[in-house]
Amino acid sequence: MRTTLILSLATAAAILSGCSGKGGDASAQLGANPGLPSLQQYLLPPMKIAKPIPWGSQVPTVAPGMKVSAFATGFKNVRSLYVLPNGDVLAVEPKGPSEPVARPKDILVGLIQGFGHSKVQGGDQITLLRDADGDGKPELRTVLLDHLVSPFGVALVGGDLYVANTDAIVRYPYVTGQTKITAPGTILTELPGGPINHHWTKSLVASPDGSKLYVGIGSNSNITERGMEAERDRAKIWEVDRATGAHRDYATGLRNPNGLSWNPQTGQLWAVINERDEIGPDLVPDYLTSVRPGAFYGWPYSYWGHHVDPRVMPRRPDMVAKAVMPDYSLSSHVAPLGLAFYTGQSLPAAYRGGAFVGEHGSWDRGHLNGYKVVWVPFTGGKPSGKARDVVTGFVDGDKNARGRPVGLAVDRSGALLIADDLANVVWRVTGA
Amino acid sequence: MATTYPTTTIPPRTQRTHPIHGMLAAYPLAFFTGALVSDITYLNTAEMQWANFSVWLIAGGLLMGVLAAIVGIVDAIANRGRQRARRPWPHSVGTALMMALALLNAFIHSRDAWTSVVPTGIILSAIVSVLAIATSWSGYALEARQEAK
Repeated sequence: MRTTLILSLATAAAILSGCSGKGGDASAQLGANPGLPSLQQYLLPPMKIAKPIPWGSQVPTVAPGMKVSAFATGFKNVRSLYVLPNGDVLAVEPKGPSEPVARPKDILVGLIQGFGHSKVQGGDQITLLRDADGDGKPELRTVLLDHLVSPFGVALVGGDLYVANTDAIVRYPYVTGQTKITAPGTILTELPGGPINHHWTKSLVASPDGSKLYVGIGSNSNITERGMEAERDRAKIWEVDRATGAHRDYATGLRNPNGLSWNPQTGQLWAVINERDEIGPDLVPDYLTSVRPGAFYGWPYSYWGHHVDPRVMPRRPDMVAKAVMPDYSLSSHVAPLGLAFYTGQSLPAAYRGGAFVGEHGSWDRGHLNGYKVVWVPFTGGKPSGKARDVVTGFVDGDKNARGRPVGLAVDRSGALLIADDLANVVWRVTGA
Repeated sequence: MATTYPTTTIPPRTQRTHPIHGMLAAYPLAFFTGALVSDITYLNTAEMQWANFSVWLIAGGLLMGVLAAIVGIVDAIANRGRQRARRPWPHSVGTALMMALALLNAFIHSRDAWTSVVPTGIILSAIVSVLAIATSWSGYALEARQEAK
């Protein structure tokens, strides 16, 4: 009798969350003014992760005028990409730190999310790929750097190669054409890392004049459930002085900023942000935004401007009042992790001036969202229309995931490179 | 020789001869009431560690409660032919309700931050605590009466 009651209650909870958790038409939320449903809280938040299956002989589906092929395969958790001035491609393969368990929930969520990830352990290394003849197949493949600490961002300034490990920005001497770095690195600045380190990817970009580095530091929790103290120096972008290593807050309230890039038209810093979970399948939209110096974007106190999140205590009406609106909603739970403005020549001319976004894909939503690369049109330096699907097919007709896009880069020829951390492939998209 | 001792007529086979149910049932009583205390502390401090204590206590209370219930049911079946001083059903129904609400509370407490406790979680913790005290009272009293018989 007791067990029957418990079972029926659990079933009721599952049905309850299942019924309301699928989510509406995601494309309706694209743009500067997404409709936001009212906030819901669940007994069991909606969860659905695509089951991983191999690509086999399949490849992603690309928009008309493009073709795609595997640039390289067999990586150890390839998550971000960087193209050096001589055309060499760096594939960053972090391990990703494990998070200490604070609650029974952490064990379950870890299991569920792990289900959607590659079983290949990260290499904590950076692989260099050289395709000198430009045929889309690298002739040379070496490990440029290893024994790193969950690296993600890379930036080259002159002869200094900066690697953003999860706990520090490290500088290495680099000579053009070098295929292996043996010199020990020098720490430019430590970054907020463990022991919790929830959002651990540190996106990195150098200012055009090379004097500053910008580094994204994600929050230590979904919504402060690890305590306020854990959020010190989190959910922000630091501006780091390259000469001294000194840093200051460039922008704050950004829950998990990635894909730091310069808008080629305006010279502004842009980023893609992963917003909070567990308040509905259509809340909160992840976004693409210009990063205004000194601005506060709301996390954790509010979302999309002044929508107060009741899960945060103490409340801070003063901070909510300060929160600015992001520029462009990518729709909810798409998990954008890569951003690349396109100025190249290989893809159809219509794509020039816009931005590609790599969407890792949802877990906190009944209907899958993301799991693709989209392109956002820009006019006058601002997004000017609905994002269009450019590279899809990462999820098959049966809702299984063949791959999950993460970091993006544009190679020397203008081809779009996509890191797929589920299949451990780097895809290369060119004009047809 | 003058004293005559009462002789028991119940065969020893049907008597409960172990205290396991009572020992296990002590855990939900302690854990569920403990969760209420840590919830109250969280309400007053907004310090997440107290909410974390609560959810571990609730989870532990559920686990030990299930074990206690299994032993209790086995005992009840083994002793089914035996005459009882009092009906055990209020105890069983109260326990079932307590466990169902504690499970609900575990889900509520697995939300993130403030609303994992306030207001639904702490209200459920209070109800579950009352039920834990009531069912423990009725359970231990039942046993005490049977001992005294």
